[in-house]
Amino acid sequence: MASSEVISSPAKESSYKADDLIAEDIDAYLVKHQHKSLLRFITCGSVDDGKSTLIGRLLYDSKMIFEDQLAALEADSKRVGTQGQAIDFALLVDGLAAEREQGITIDVAYRFFATDRRKFIVADTPGHEQYTRNMVTGASTADLAVILIDARKGVLTQTRRHSYLAHLIGIRNIVLAINKMDLVGYDQAVFDRILSDYRTFAAEIGIRDFVPIPISGLAGDNITTRSTATPWFKGPTLLEHLEEVPVDETRLQAGAFRMPVQWVNRPNLDFRGFAGLIATGTIAPGDAVRILPSGKTSKVARIVTLDGDLPFAVAGQSVTLTLADEVDCSRGDVIAAAGSPPEVADQFESTIVWMSDDAMLPGRPYWLKLATQTVTATVQPPKYQLNVNTLEHMAAKTLGLNAIGVANFSTDKPLVFDTYENSHDLGGFILIDKISNATVAAGMLHFALRRSQNVHWQAIDVTREAHAASKGQTPKVLWFTGLSGAGKSTIANLVEKKLYALGKHTFLLDGDNVRHGLNKDLGFTDADRVENIRRLGEVAKLMTDAGLIVLTAFISPFRAERRMVREMLRAGEFIEIHVDTPLAEAERRDVKGLYKKARAGELKNFTGINSPYEPPESPEVRIDTTKVSAEDAAELIVEKLLSLS
Amino acid sequence: MTKTLTHLERLESESIHIFREVVAEAEKPVLLYSVGKDSAVMLHLARKAFYPAPPPFPLLHVDTTWKFKAMYDLRDRMAKESGMELLVYQNPEAKEKGINPFDHGSLHTDMWKTEGLKQALNKYGFDVAFGGARRDEEKSRAKERIFSFRSANHRWDPKNQRPELWRLYNARKTKGESIRVFPISNWTELDIWQYIHLENIPIVPLYFSAKRPTVVRDGLILMVDDDRFPLKKGEVPVDRSIRFRTLGCYPLTGAVESDAATLPEVIQEMLLTTTSERQGRAIDHDQAASMEKKKQEGYF
Repeated sequence: MASSEVISSPAKESSYKADDLIAEDIDAYLVKHQHKSLLRFITCGSVDDGKSTLIGRLLYDSKMIFEDQLAALEADSKRVGTQGQAIDFALLVDGLAAEREQGITIDVAYRFFATDRRKFIVADTPGHEQYTRNMVTGASTADLAVILIDARKGVLTQTRRHSYLAHLIGIRNIVLAINKMDLVGYDQAVFDRILSDYRTFAAEIGIRDFVPIPISGLAGDNITTRSTATPWFKGPTLLEHLEEVPVDETRLQAGAFRMPVQWVNRPNLDFRGFAGLIATGTIAPGDAVRILPSGKTSKVARIVTLDGDLPFAVAGQSVTLTLADEVDCSRGDVIAAAGSPPEVADQFESTIVWMSDDAMLPGRPYWLKLATQTVTATVQPPKYQLNVNTLEHMAAKTLGLNAIGVANFSTDKPLVFDTYENSHDLGGFILIDKISNATVAAGMLHFALRRSQNVHWQAIDVTREAHAASKGQTPKVLWFTGLSGAGKSTIANLVEKKLYALGKHTFLLDGDNVRHGLNKDLGFTDADRVENIRRLGEVAKLMTDAGLIVLTAFISPFRAERRMVREMLRAGEFIEIHVDTPLAEAERRDVKGLYKKARAGELKNFTGINSPYEPPESPEVRIDTTKVSAEDAAELIVEKLLSLS
Repeated sequence: MTKTLTHLERLESESIHIFREVVAEAEKPVLLYSVGKDSAVMLHLARKAFYPAPPPFPLLHVDTTWKFKAMYDLRDRMAKESGMELLVYQNPEAKEKGINPFDHGSLHTDMWKTEGLKQALNKYGFDVAFGGARRDEEKSRAKERIFSFRSANHRWDPKNQRPELWRLYNARKTKGESIRVFPISNWTELDIWQYIHLENIPIVPLYFSAKRPTVVRDGLILMVDDDRFPLKKGEVPVDRSIRFRTLGCYPLTGAVESDAATLPEVIQEMLLTTTSERQGRAIDHDQAASMEKKKQEGYF
């Protein structure tokens, strides 16, 4: 270890000397270590604050670095390090090649170390504003946050942002690590001033309690051992605090029993077990439970494990329960304490953190996954977006990457939930894009806007089947999509004439006409286009309920919205017709002179020019207008329709 | 009626939860079983997750034909005990060309393991493969998600990973894409050993010290496990007290000289040792980011 002299080594006098016991009595050591608890924490700060150095130091001091790694580290330190000939601890934790070259961490990395008393999992995330989503991700599983401050700089904008995000995500234990004390001469006045600044700010955002510690990651002060350079400091060292701070288990176990059902275990006809991880509370055989959303009740018969039945189980444990009665229960249901079941609702207010490059589109349906439930959710425009630096509420129509806002949303099926404050498992959710399958947002439920029990659909006596039968036809929606000027309206008109001649009851919804009436409040932004199509879909759906064959001629450029309409309707009712005209050809025709205007910059968001068109991947009908005449196309479509009816 | 869960209980619960999420959401999952100690823990956790049913997926061993004999023995025994179907896949092209670690260097790993795995997943149409990788093993793994997506040609894109929050895993994918799921991501080597000890999980005896025939090549102590080992002229295997810290293909896996013959002694040795676990594997030595490169190409 050539450069050992550059590291001041408090590690040698570490408070946790495991080595002796390992060598002398390994069995005693193992027994001791089987009873460790687990603490997950996140470090918030940027490279400049010495975050990577601090984590590297914790790994180093707890002997998580092996000689070969140390040798590699020494070589790397000299090659690309920032500490001259000394060891650059930051290199220990900067993982991927791209990051190492750029000298920044760009994702969430998890590190591990352990002492005699605890195992630690550290979420290491970048601190800059453009990595807000990474920090939120890392914080979501943390019991504690270490907020790093550079003693020379004091409380900065990013300190506020990190503290706010940690608080927002529900971390109850905050450590204020005032770092680089060696560079301010271990001056108590500096520490006190920063502490006072931070206390004021913390109170403003609702952080009730935090633990300040003066440290030096580079020199090792107050990390594992008390520093002689800060005799004025009476609090714990960082590691002492991490070892002693209570984990959240007591609070979770004190809550009412809830277990989202993951999987139903049916190896044979005699056994039916419900597998899941207990979110809150405790459970024992004989306890009365209620299954949500059905509301059926039963009693727990057994808690089954490979090691034998358990007398009780607590929050955080993965178990399999059997019930005394044959009640319906499947994945997505929640088994809860009979006396205090969770709420069920389909409209909510929540905080949303947007995590995708593609901005949120209010009105677009997304998959929402909460615990083991997956439903379709539609988010309304945000009530406000939060400025994470100043905490101001700003008006916003959408949320872009890393934006945090508060919005209402509704779901197509009732959700069994709890508030995020009570239960991260039953109050935290993700949104998934239905086309790309990407996780686009994370959310935290505040409360239900109203209980879904109050929603009752009007029972209609003359059914949609009756409407259709009276017209002697099968309702359909012929959805024409294509570029402006592709020929959608022309062909749709011809099709309607032919159907009329055949005695069919039809109605043609045309893009321009609808925009003058029903949708005259909408423009051509992406969000407005989504809402435009959503309304048209609803209108088309009502018309199919009335038994009509509906023809629509809208550009409808996005796959997601066409799919949304398809999903609104009964299976087989939606017939997608791609009027496929190459852009150059449509532009050459330019029937309405719109392309000319768009090219001249007079029209914004014009499909094909400065707004994308996503062609259907597998439409029921595709018309190539460069090869087929409008008349032939109409004939083709009528034949297709009749063959499907 | 409260209790503080130990770190092993919390890790176990997390892993079981992950196994169950996959089974609930995937179409055709498989457990990649390499017979090492991490695989042993994985299999044990899978059995716990679905008890009293057997785990509802098969075991897949992507075989190189060059594993230690003792590994094949334990593999067959565990498949029988768990009541799971065992699929063994050997890349036919590698077999035909006689690819071996003595003559073909890194091509051996590429063809048998990397290519073999891709071929096996394609052949059976598995959409999710459970793997026993841990985040503490290597720096590039520290950032890998628990649900790690692979494109249709099995590539990993470290810059385009889905965020994983709370206990929510997004298992949605389009046709052709597959997911590698790592239920023991958050376990460390010490956790694995402690758990094996506590739960009495069967592992390959090669982890324990015994007198075994060896030769030394390029600083690695290699075990002469069968008569395919090409001895140099005049070279005679020497019996040494050795054991293995990781297990792979026997001609590529370096042993350590040791007297640790019981599990506590092995753990003791591990805790007192000063070199990291992967050092005994020849493939990681090339360069700092080599594992990351291999993974992007599809190596597990």
